[in-house]
Amino acid sequence: MKELAIIFIGSFIVNNVLLSQFLGLCSFLGVSKKTSTAVGMGGAVTFVITIASIVAGLLYRYILVPTGFEYLDTIVFILVIAALVQIVEMFLKKNAHALYSALGVYLPLITTNCAVLGVALKNVTNNYNILQGVIYGLGTGLGYFLAIVILAGIREKYKYNDYPKYFKGTAMTLITAGLMSIAFFGFSGMI
Amino acid sequence: MDSPKERLYNGIVKENPIFVLVLGICPTLAVTTSAMNGLGMGLSTTLVLALSNALISALRKMIPDRVRMPAFIVVVASFVTIVQFLIQGYLPSLYDSLGIYIPLIVVNCIILGRAESYASKNPVIPSLFDGLGMGLGFTLSLIFIGSVRELLGSGSIFGAQILPLADKAAGKAGYTPISIFVLAPGAFFILALLVVIMNIVREKQAAKGKPLAPVANSCLCNDEDALEDAVKSDNPNVKEAIDNLKEKQKEAEGK
Repeated sequence: MKELAIIFIGSFIVNNVLLSQFLGLCSFLGVSKKTSTAVGMGGAVTFVITIASIVAGLLYRYILVPTGFEYLDTIVFILVIAALVQIVEMFLKKNAHALYSALGVYLPLITTNCAVLGVALKNVTNNYNILQGVIYGLGTGLGYFLAIVILAGIREKYKYNDYPKYFKGTAMTLITAGLMSIAFFGFSGMI
Repeated sequence: MDSPKERLYNGIVKENPIFVLVLGICPTLAVTTSAMNGLGMGLSTTLVLALSNALISALRKMIPDRVRMPAFIVVVASFVTIVQFLIQGYLPSLYDSLGIYIPLIVVNCIILGRAESYASKNPVIPSLFDGLGMGLGFTLSLIFIGSVRELLGSGSIFGAQILPLADKAAGKAGYTPISIFVLAPGAFFILALLVVIMNIVREKQAAKGKPLAPVANSCLCNDEDALEDAVKSDNPNVKEAIDNLKEKQKEAEGK
């Protein structure tokens, strides 16, 4: 139990997926203009990462390892994630319309998000079992959610402020992310 | 047909993936803690980019249009696995310092972007050189960013001490490393400054009547405004995503 808690806190805030591991930065910089959009994107990423870490973990453990094809993990994982995103989208559309209208728009954007593939691969390199992998995936997803919502909140605040025109857009977002990254350093003594 | 020389120039200068197109930001920030890591990452990406461009271009008439994305991904992932084994076998220390970012070359926007926008439409030789040019442009940018971070963060470039370090105990004056630049926040700050410099260059060039290539949106990972711009680039995937977006918005407003 203690070990699971450490994995969760570690992936959630201490080694934040965006601010210290730099995975999934495209969407972090792109879809963080409005808090409402950021919440949707964060929710969708959390959802997909958690499911993907279960599926990828099961596939690796029960198909790739017994057949001796461990080295194909990158190829298998990326295809599985691409297919999974499609299936999740179709399933939600048919069976969970409330969830679909909240997350559906963001699902097609997630296939190329490197955080998802990153978590699947890290579960393998860290030798996590299925449960540990799921907790790691959930923590990473929530970490993504936290970081993108905070960034969107800050961006909404400074949107109408006066600052040099060459800093408009990506540059200012990057500086904000850098300052957030410094703030998250404060958690590094926790585990 | 584009000549190899023109393709190399295009990749390294005219459409430099990082400085001009601002593509592939994740690996750029993550692995540029030193110039050496930047070089290693850049060359592995170049290898994957050139080989996958050549193979995709050779197969371009055989791959049905509807399944081309999964087909491209399989080709790229295979080359990434090969490169991963080569690095693991021959450069184990580089393998340790790049870690998970080697397999993540698969989802680097630059590679799928070039496959989609160039290799799937052009013959093998130009595609190969297009990949080489783009890859070298990426490598040079990574070395540059890595050198700046290493110089500020530890006073050295490629491990060679450039700025003599201060030594308080011996009373020797010198450079005190700003270690934040080799840590995560420094990556964001350096890239932010780079974007600012490029914004200034962009404006100067536009005033001269020689505008730079626009920032690319082929990642499928930008916000709604950016997606709108990307429609013009005629990418069916982006179009589909935007149609979905618009539908959803209409539905939401209807409620």
